[in-house]
Order: sequence, then structure tokens, then C-alpha cells
Amino acid sequence: MNLQEIINNLDLKVLTEPKDFSAIEPTCGYSSDLLSCVMAGAPHKSIWVTLQAHSNIIAVATLLELSAIVITEGAMPELATLARANEEGVVILSTEKPTFNVIGKLWEMGFHC
Amino acid sequence: MANLIKPFRTDLHVHTVLSPCAEVEMIPPLIVEYALDLGITLIAITDHNSSANIEAVQKAAFKTPLNVLPGMELQTREEVHSLCLFDTIEQIYQLQKLVTETLPPIKNEAEHFGEQFVVDETGEFIRREEQLLLVSSSLSLNDAWKFVNDLGGLFIPAHVNRKAFGLLGSLGLVPTDIQIEALEISKHLNPEDAAKQLPQVRGYPLIQDGDVHRLDEFNGKMTLYLEAPTIDEIRMAIHNNNGRLVGFS
Repeated sequence: MNLQEIINNLDLKVLTEPKDFSAIEPTCGYSSDLLSCVMAGAPHKSIWVTLQAHSNIIAVATLLELSAIVITEGAMPELATLARANEEGVVILSTEKPTFNVIGKLWEMGFHC
Repeated sequence: MANLIKPFRTDLHVHTVLSPCAEVEMIPPLIVEYALDLGITLIAITDHNSSANIEAVQKAAFKTPLNVLPGMELQTREEVHSLCLFDTIEQIYQLQKLVTETLPPIKNEAEHFGEQFVVDETGEFIRREEQLLLVSSSLSLNDAWKFVNDLGGLFIPAHVNRKAFGLLGSLGLVPTDIQIEALEISKHLNPEDAAKQLPQVRGYPLIQDGDVHRLDEFNGKMTLYLEAPTIDEIRMAIHNNNGRLVGFS
């Protein structure tokens, strides 16, 4: 399943610069709001669902080459954080929905790993 | 004539009965007595998101060798705890105003979280704090850092090695878009081992406190060499400037 399908199905807002999301295939999914856990546990090139919007999420995404970060509950990163994400090529997506619903929907779509 | 640099055995992270997780023994006269028994002459009172018992401890320490700085252990929206340390009560009350406005209005349930007592300098009950203090302000770490710095205070992420509410647990790395001057490690971690175990803290000055919730939790292993117990002097010690320094025993 590619990132464009996920964006469409979950009605996610793209906060970073547009790119060809249909060419990005997340390997798996992961969720935690503790960045130390994410660094230790999120699979390479996976999609990460969190409500943490602090600028350190960019460093973590870069480290693990994550396919995308989905920020839940409408939490908004600072503009400087989004600028850094664009510099690093990190995709940030946003939704008003809570993490539980996002993961449930991904599972329902057949995105299992 | 220049003042002399003197050693101050120091603990900059001390709770009172206002913090729901602190023991009921954490009343001003006992805090002063136990600190002095350990030879500690400089403390900061740092209750969770609150400053209402600081003046009582300062009064209890009046005419003793113990210096009491106003502080707060602030919980920002990233679920990170940071020490906010100041020289004056006016500064901490400015921070308090902002923090009070940014806490979610949730009432404390003493049964589950513990009592939150405001007391006088003898430890006598004045009132219960109704607002639950063990919650995150909606302030971001960056905004809180800026506010404290602009007020002339010192902002030090607390017990960074702890999984719960520690900077490294919540945010993985020390943020580099703000100028964090020092990090606090908890008393169970030897400062010399900290840099080995936690590569993220390398290059940052460390302080070590007791995170005192009970009278027997004063640390007393850190000594600051200062001319006077002020934020400016502590800042110099942290940066190892002008002969001021931080020592561990």
C-alpha cells in the first residue's frame, strides 16, 4: 500500500511539501509518543503515528528514514519544524483524529505488518 | 573588595507537601532541618507546576545558613519535566501566572494522586490546592525555555535519564533549536557514568539533585563553588567560568 492511498483513505492533511506519495511504500507502522521508544522500536521506512509535535520528531524520522509521520489530534508542529522537515525530506501528515482511530483505519485497510 | 568563592552543598530539586507525590513530612521546618543536617546550604523549592509554598520555606530558613531559591518543576506539553530557577519571588510569580493559565482545569483527587497542601512556615495547613498539579501545561518546551530565560531564570531539564517525564525518554535527544545550558541527572546515576551510558548528554554540563519527595532523599553529593547563592553565580558554575564550578563527591 502506498502513501498516497493512505493519505486519501484517512483524509490526512499534508503539512510538508508535496511529492509523489504514490512512490512511497511504508514498510510497516509504529506508534508511540516517547521518542526514545520510537528510536529503539520503529521499523526502518515505516509510518509513525504520534501526537508528539516537538521538533525532535524530525531527527528521529531522519534517523530511521521513516516514510511519514502522522501527527494526531490536530497537534501542530512549529513552522521551523516544518521547514526542517522539508530540508530533510521528511513527510509530515496531520489529522484531527486520535491515534487509536488512525491505526484502526490503517488496519481496516489491510495495512498489516 | 571581592567576595570569596565558597562551597555551597546544593540540592536544586526539592518538593514540598504541595506536590501530590511528596510525603506529608515535606513541611518547611523539616526541609530546613534535614538539609542543614546534611551540610546543605543551598536549595531550590521546585513543586510541580506550582510555587505556593516557596515563601513559607524561605521564612522557615530565615536566619539559618540555608539559602532557598524560588523554583518550579514545570511539565510542558511534551511530558518533559524541567527545573525553572530564579532569584526572586516576583520572577517565579510571573512564570506561575503563565503556567496557571496553561494548565488543563482538572481537579485533584487526593485519593488517587495525593494531597496538595499549601502551608505556612511552621507547616500549619492553610489550604488545599484544588487544581491537579501533575499535568502538562499546554506550553511547549521551547516557549517555556524562552520565557524563563527572558525572565533571567535558569531552565534545566530534570532527571533527563528517567523514562517517565525525562527529556531523553520523551524527546530522545536534547533539542538543539534552543540553548539548553545544563541537564539534571537523577541521584542514582553517577555523573561520570552518565556520559558513557547516555551519549546524548555528552558536551552538556550536568547537575545532580535528590528530586526530594521525602526527607531522606536529599542528595548532598553536589557542591557549587560560588561567591553568592544567585542564578548568575550558578550559571557561571555550570559553565565553569571565573573560578565558579560544580563538584561532585
